[in-house]
This record gives sequence, C-alpha cells and structure tokens, in this order.
Amino acid sequence: MTANAHAAVPVNYTDETVRGFALAAVLWGVVGMLVGVVIAAQLTFPDLTYGISWLSYGRLRPLHTNAVIFAFGGCALFATSYHVVQRTCQVPLFLPWLAKFTLVGWNLVIVLAAITLPLGITQGKEYAELEWPIDLLIAVVWVAYAIVFFGTIGMRRVRHIYVANWFFGAFIIAVALLHIVNSAAMPVSLWKSYSAYAGVQDAMVQWWYGHNAVGFFLTAGFLGMMYYYIPKQAERPVYSYRLSIVHFWALIFTYMWAGPHHLHYTALPDWAQSIGMLFSLVLLAPSWGGMINGVMTLSGAWHKLRDDPILKFLIVALSFYGMSTFEGPMMSIKTVNALSHYTDWTVGHVHSGALGWVGFISMGSLYYLIPRMFGQTKMFSTRAIELHFWIATLGIVLYIAAMWIAGVMQGLMWRALNADGTLVYTFVEGVKATWPFYLVRLIGGLLYLAGMLVMAWNVVMTVRNGRAVPSAIPRLAAA
Amino acid sequence: MDILYLLIPMTAVLVLGIIGVFAWALDRGQFDDLEQHGARILEPDDASLDRHQAP
Repeated sequence: MTANAHAAVPVNYTDETVRGFALAAVLWGVVGMLVGVVIAAQLTFPDLTYGISWLSYGRLRPLHTNAVIFAFGGCALFATSYHVVQRTCQVPLFLPWLAKFTLVGWNLVIVLAAITLPLGITQGKEYAELEWPIDLLIAVVWVAYAIVFFGTIGMRRVRHIYVANWFFGAFIIAVALLHIVNSAAMPVSLWKSYSAYAGVQDAMVQWWYGHNAVGFFLTAGFLGMMYYYIPKQAERPVYSYRLSIVHFWALIFTYMWAGPHHLHYTALPDWAQSIGMLFSLVLLAPSWGGMINGVMTLSGAWHKLRDDPILKFLIVALSFYGMSTFEGPMMSIKTVNALSHYTDWTVGHVHSGALGWVGFISMGSLYYLIPRMFGQTKMFSTRAIELHFWIATLGIVLYIAAMWIAGVMQGLMWRALNADGTLVYTFVEGVKATWPFYLVRLIGGLLYLAGMLVMAWNVVMTVRNGRAVPSAIPRLAAA
Repeated sequence: MDILYLLIPMTAVLVLGIIGVFAWALDRGQFDDLEQHGARILEPDDASLDRHQAP
C-alpha cells in the first residue's frame, strides 16, 4: 500500500480534548476532595465557618458531591472514554470540534456549580442540585458527548466493538435518560424552579435517578475504564471476554430497578420497596462478575503487583468495588436497612465505593494515560505513585472503619428501648458518641487529599518534562 | 403512584430498545470469535509511542 492510497485516511488520533479532560480531572479531584475535607472538619468542629453563609455545611456538601462525582469523575470519564474509543476503533474522534465543545461546556457546568451552590441556589435533589439553566447546559453537552462517542464508533475501522465501549455507551445513554427525566422542572425565575414531581413520586424518580447515577455514572462508565486500562497496564487480556459481555448485559438490566432501596420504610409502596431490595441482591452477581474478570486478568502476572503501583491502584480499586457491591446488596435488605438508614454506615458505604473503586480506578487509569498524552510511557516519578497509593489506602481504611463503627452504633442507639418502650438515648447523645469517629474520618479524608496532592505534583512534573505530540494511528489489518 | 404511568411505559420502551441493540449486535457478528477480541487489546494502538521512548 502506497502512502497515496491512504491519503484520505487520518494519520493521528485527536487527543487535545483527552489531554484537557485528563488534566481537568486531576484539578477537580483536588478541589472536590478539599471541599470534602472542609465539610468533614465542619462536622467535627461545627463552628468552624460560623456566620459565613457561602461556606455553610448545607451549601458546601452538594458542592463536594458534585465536584467529586461530576467534575473529578466526569472529567476522568470524558478523558478515558475519548482515549479508549479512538484506540479500540483505530480512528480519531468524530467531529473533534464538538469534542472540544464538550471540554469547554462540561468545565463551564462545573464552574457554574462552584458559584451557584455556595450561593444557596439549589433544586434540593441529591446529586441533581444544580438549577435549571445549568441542567439545560448539561443536557446540551451530554447530547454533544453522545454524538462524538457514538459517531466515533460509527466510523470505526475495527469491526468488533471492544467491550469497554459498550460500558461507556450504556453509561452515556443512561445518564442522558436519567438527567432529562429527573431534572424536569418548572422555572419561576432565572435561578429558581420547582420539580415536575412531588412527594413520594418525586422521591421515587429521585432515587431511580440517584441509584442509577451510581450504577451507570459511577459503575458502568468506570468499568469501561477498567476493561481497557487493566489489560493495557498488566499486559494481559481480559480474563474472560465472554464473561465481560454477559455481566455487561446483566448489570445494565438489573441496575435500573435498584433505586427503591433508598426508600425502605418510607411512604413508598411496599411492593416497590421489595422490587428494589430483590434486584439489589441480584445485582451482586453481575457486579462480582466484573470484579472477578478484572482481578483474574492478573492470573499468571500477580508478581507485577509487587513493583507496579499503577497496577496496585487498578486491582485494589476492584477489591473495593467487590466490597461495595457486596455491602450494598446487604444494606438493601429491609431488616439491615432498618438499622443502617440515615446513619453514617451509608456514608461509609458511599466512600468505600467512591474513594476505593471510583477514585483508585481513575487514578490508575490517569497514571497510565497522562504520560502517553505527553509523549512518554511513564509518569515523572514512580515512587510518588507508590507513596500516593499507600497514603490514600490508609486514608480510605480510616474513613470507612470510622463510619462503619459510627453507623452501626448510631443505628443501635436510636432503636434502644427501655422495658417500658421509651427510648434509652436522646438523639443528641448519639451525636455526641459519634464525635471521635468524625475526627478519625477527617484524618482519613486528609490523607486521601494528601495523596491527591502528590498526584497533582507528579502530573505537573510529567507535563513539564513532556511534549504534547500527536499519536499516530497504526496501520491495521481489517478485523 | 401516578408516576408509574410514566415509569412503566418508559421502562418498557427502554427494554425494547435494549433488546433491539442486543439483536443488532448479535446479527452483526459482535459476539463471534470472542477470544481474539480480548487478546487484540494487547496489540499496540499508538504507533508513535511504540517507535519512541520517553524524551
């Protein structure tokens, strides 16, 4: 084949947006975790920001959740999905200018969130607090994202669609559906709207959204990440490609039904609660299918874990994923939930998934991706990656252990009854008993943030020592 | 529980859509010869990086 025969075929991948999103992910990771440390400090020392309305806990908490999920997690997903879809399809991005629009648009959403949430502008729906103008922007950016991603798959030069792209694709479609339905609202002024739903119906839609945000944004999307970066870093194929396909379909089907487990023993009808409980239990199987598949990819290569901290991040991420997807179904059982609901056990569960699974898989993937976006194959300092791993792991363990103990204690104290049926403890006694665990959790969070700062340093050094050279698409045989 | 009038039909449409996508994939051979697709991830997908090492 002469060069002329391929004159119309693009030579390079389009990685400018990948670079942009990858660096943004690291920045927003630091910001989001810093806000997390602030609110953890406020729960430990409640008068910390007394009187400063835009630093009050009620306003900062959604800033934290939005920053870590949508800014940190979101940018990591954009970066890796754009990176993976190009390389597994052997084509540059479809409509690169539209991809650039998503980079600008998504970061604009984040900045608007950072301004409006501390001002108290909120729809009051968890993980969907942003008011209607920002919701519209999110919808526009998301449609653009879908066009770029699926357009790239449509232009692919590899016939088979690699499994990671199925996970990314499901994540994109599901999030579009969830966002549009849950954010439906009637605006009454520029920064105020009322939800299209009310009462227990709003609760049902909200938690259909909320749990599928976990299932599709925080799980399916990051499983897509996992299925590319673990094989690449371990230099091993996925343990069972067949299993990856089977558990994909089982996962996306089952997740849609799990939402009611957030509403046990509320006004939600009993049959809806039972469905939520049942499907949450069933979900254990496809989730563990993913975990086993990823971990067993190291079969024959376990020794690599000793010296490769990136692999440590990726594999330990899956361990936490396995833990969380066992804990979650257990907490979905109504009798267990009767103890755990509204306690800090829920917070512990969330953070084992968020810090352990989402955080670690993102960090491992970014440590693989970022040097390659700057003409290198390794980060500036491998020792710093190792340091980050251990600091962060210690942070997670302190965090979740503190929250487990606090949560179970709270649940037991709240339900303790005297022989005559009166409560043994007042609520505030439970709060007082929780205090030492809030302190330990703050320390855990500080460690996790410290690890993220180590990563930020390492990334800056890597970028400074590298060059953003375009990556060439290899010639390929048809597949 | 009026919200069910929205949620159940929407879910049904979604499930039909998902089945449709699955059928399309099956028809187009996406599930044929799976082992080679798992292995292919190990081939270099970045030509420039495999020619050059770190500067």
